[in-house]
Amino acid sequence: MSTINYSEKIPNNVNLGEDRTLQRALEGWQPNFINWWDDVGPEGSTNHEVYLRTAVSVDPQGWAQFGHVKMRDYRWGIFLNPGDANREVHFGDHKGEKAWQDVPGEHRANLRRIIVTQGDTEPASVEQQRHLGLTAPSMYDLRNLFQINVEEGRHLWAMVYLLHKHFGRDGREEAEALLQRTSGDVDNPRILGAFNEKTPDWLAFFMFTYFTDRDGKFQLAALAESAFDPLARTTKFMLTEEAHHMFVGESGVSRVLARTAQVMNELKTDDPQKVRAAGAIDLPTIQRYLNFHYSVTIDLFGADQSSNAAIFYSSGLKGRYEEGKRTDDHVLKGQTYKVLEVKDGQLVEKDVPMLNALNEVLRDDFIKDSMAGVGRWNKVLEKAGIPTRLAVPHKAFNRQIGALAGIKMSPDGRVVNEIEWAAKRNEWLPSAEDFAFVASLMGRVVEPGKFAGWISPPVMGINRQPVDFEYVRFG
Amino acid sequence: MDMAVEAGVIKQHLIDPEICIRCNTCEATCPVNAITHDDNNYVVRADVCNGCMACISPCPTGSIDNWRTMPLVRAYTIEEQLTWESLPAELSPEELEAAGVSAEAAGDAAAAVPAQTQAQAQAQAAVESVEPAFNSAQYGASVPPWSAAHAYTNLFAPKAPTTATVVGNFNCTEAGFDSETHHIVLDFGMVPFPVLEGQSIGIVPPGVDAIGKRHHARQYSVASPRNGERPGYNNVSLTVKRVTEDHQGDPVRGVCSNYVCDLKVGDTVQVVGPFGSSFLMPNHPRSHIVMICTGTGSAPMRAMTEWRRRLRKSGKFEGGKLMLFFGARTQQELPYFGPLQSLPKDFIDINLAFSRTPGSPKRYVQDLMRERAADLAALLKDGSSHFYVCGLKSMEEGVVLALRDVAKEAGLDWDTVGAALKREGRLHLETY
Ligand SMILES: Cc1cc2nc3c(=O)[nH]c(=O)nc-3n(C[C@H](O)[C@H](O)[C@H](O)COP(=O)(O)OP(=O)(O)OC[C@H]3O[C@@H](n4cnc5c(N)ncnc54)[C@H](O)[C@@H]3O)c2cc1C
Ligand code: SF4
Ligand code: SF4
Repeated sequence: MSTINYSEKIPNNVNLGEDRTLQRALEGWQPNFINWWDDVGPEGSTNHEVYLRTAVSVDPQGWAQFGHVKMRDYRWGIFLNPGDANREVHFGDHKGEKAWQDVPGEHRANLRRIIVTQGDTEPASVEQQRHLGLTAPSMYDLRNLFQINVEEGRHLWAMVYLLHKHFGRDGREEAEALLQRTSGDVDNPRILGAFNEKTPDWLAFFMFTYFTDRDGKFQLAALAESAFDPLARTTKFMLTEEAHHMFVGESGVSRVLARTAQVMNELKTDDPQKVRAAGAIDLPTIQRYLNFHYSVTIDLFGADQSSNAAIFYSSGLKGRYEEGKRTDDHVLKGQTYKVLEVKDGQLVEKDVPMLNALNEVLRDDFIKDSMAGVGRWNKVLEKAGIPTRLAVPHKAFNRQIGALAGIKMSPDGRVVNEIEWAAKRNEWLPSAEDFAFVASLMGRVVEPGKFAGWISPPVMGINRQPVDFEYVRFG
Repeated sequence: MDMAVEAGVIKQHLIDPEICIRCNTCEATCPVNAITHDDNNYVVRADVCNGCMACISPCPTGSIDNWRTMPLVRAYTIEEQLTWESLPAELSPEELEAAGVSAEAAGDAAAAVPAQTQAQAQAQAAVESVEPAFNSAQYGASVPPWSAAHAYTNLFAPKAPTTATVVGNFNCTEAGFDSETHHIVLDFGMVPFPVLEGQSIGIVPPGVDAIGKRHHARQYSVASPRNGERPGYNNVSLTVKRVTEDHQGDPVRGVCSNYVCDLKVGDTVQVVGPFGSSFLMPNHPRSHIVMICTGTGSAPMRAMTEWRRRLRKSGKFEGGKLMLFFGARTQQELPYFGPLQSLPKDFIDINLAFSRTPGSPKRYVQDLMRERAADLAALLKDGSSHFYVCGLKSMEEGVVLALRDVAKEAGLDWDTVGAALKREGRLHLETY
């Protein structure tokens, strides 16, 4: 509710100045964060002035402030949405009780784990994307990448604040560890698999921001329902920033498709090789990237049956997506949900207790949302008169987690044997050759208003600026 | 300003379904719940949206910033919008004519488009004409001055208003004129309702609108200083103009302003807010305040002036200039004319502009500002000066342009000065 005090080292709306110990602890963490940013943040960007959106408060005029800023001077701060003193827990066993302002002892370990896991993904994606600035297809895209990077950094701050404020010494140690793990590091990797994958090129980046940041949206939305009020308020505000990340993904892939369709129409061909020769990305390659990122991302929701998920829900730590808008009893005892398993070489559905299937419930919400966006991508092709359509693969495709882990499955949902899998793998998932081809297109284009040949310009600029606006001033 | 009820024609707020990514940011941002969605689309309720523009810059795609001139009776319904795959084109002048909307009325509705959108249209036009268009809104700060006090906002949301009691209501313009403005005092009893000069509150008029929905809250600037209209009491005052004609001059009975002006002492009202965390006054003793207003835009200026007057009386204030530019059609229509006259000249520098005094040329606030260019230039050079603009939307552009010209004539680089005013929370615009 408070506005930001500009004279403070750490901008915040949580009255940090009133809690000296906490302030000192966070001021101790801050230089480590900056070191981390310098070491593994966006490569070679230190002297760039980037046209960034910076939050200075959580009200609409305050959180969408635009201006050229050096990323190192970005106001990574602590922002919580206004609280409601009368808020009640609205699901699980504590339903109807007053929301918690402090961590109840019995839920401490679980809450810490949830916050650490969420916090770990934020710096990870910055690490995964650190080289992308060197191959940006335009100045506009470069700015979007950097915007995402600084906001992931701020989301890390959000989780670190909770750890420091509510988890004492353990929290401080966990906050340190967040800066010590590194994406893809053999000895000390990030916690979740998808965050150790490479983001080698811009098509991968757009797929990542479309799918994987959307996982972020659903996880944050589930946490925004939490009985632990500080977590709910922080994640609510993070969600508003997360939207931009998904926008970059959704519009990025749309623009790739628009360019491909244009080339196909100009050359009157649907031959992938001819499209490639013309410097655009062929549709089958785009579909394979989609298959990969989609399947890796849906693993992030965890095992299809999980007693942890049941505990998190019943104890009020993590709700469902849009919990408040659902009309059931919000306790879910005695209800069931359908999950998939393989029986006699066939996929079958089986009923399991709803509480244990909550990861699957969230996954299905995500799938619905993802598919709607893929539908919008198809409109781009439809408008261009191209008959091909993209599709998300079956949800059992390429899974590494839960009951479906390791089962060989075609994108259209047939269980296949090892031989067929080996024969078709490169038809279904990007091959080394696909990566090499896409990599070959990644030349750096950063003159204002110019775009690489494999991607169309956006429909409009950021914050109503023209597309050829100087989004980045190179220092 | 309430765009949803312009006479016969509205500028309808729509979302472009081809660009929108369904991220929910706008719905979460809109203070009056004008936005809703289904699995297919995000849409805006024409009868609820009041064009406050809060949703515009948070939207990551720009798809939210679309407006269509529509005959009120043909406004796109929610149900229609939910099925859209792309935005419908603007109705042609012929189509509008056929629906009974004259080109003139359509033009007026277009003029009613909030400033940012207009600025965008101008910016687009400017791409062709090369000369960049002037966009006053871009200079308005969204941060408070560094020495402002801490403001509380949104203590009472539209869904959970609080109740205040009317303890005063009188006409503060000369009686017997068409346009009257009331000074209303509301008491909150023991309910915490802390406000600062420059903030506003919302009043929820009772009853429902033409389509059976509860009336939305209307915003009014607080006209009293932080320690109450009566010092030490938990009360605030408002300056409310009775709306009896719309912006086109056609007779209309404004829902909320008439309700408020007709309240009796002892009546209770539903209040939401407070709102606003940047249009706040500086507290440091050597800060200068330049106030530029028309009509009820004087409310926040009265609040700031009164707070400074009380500080001065108690000996707590030394330097800091106060300069006021105040415009009205006639002296009789100028709220607080009498009390203003009795303020000492060494306390406040008052400049009044009347646009409809019979026998005198029309004078607007920006004309007076140009006349006082020398003094304004000195203030523009001083980093302790703060500028506040409040009142009719139409004054904003002219006022900021006048400031720019004053700066330029004084050899200042407006780009630098304007950017500093914004960044340092020293130029605030609130027009409606
Ligand atoms: C931040 C903010 C602060 C405000 N502060 C004040 C204040 O201090 N005092 C004050 O009186 N108002 C103030 N307003 C305006 C106020 O909120 C209402 O818009 C106004 O009182 C009209 O509401 P209504 O319900 O009477 O009219 P409505 O029933 O909403 O509208 C009736 C018709 O009148 C037109 N109309 C609305 N306002 C005017 C106007 N001022 N002149 C001519 N036509 C108009 C509408 O477009 C419509 O056609 C403020 C608005 C904002 C956004
Ligand atoms: S904020 Fe913009 S992109 Fe997001 S749902 Fe609203 S209109 Fe669509
Ligand atoms: S302009 Fe204001 S009222 Fe209208 S939809 Fe946007 S936020 Fe809501």
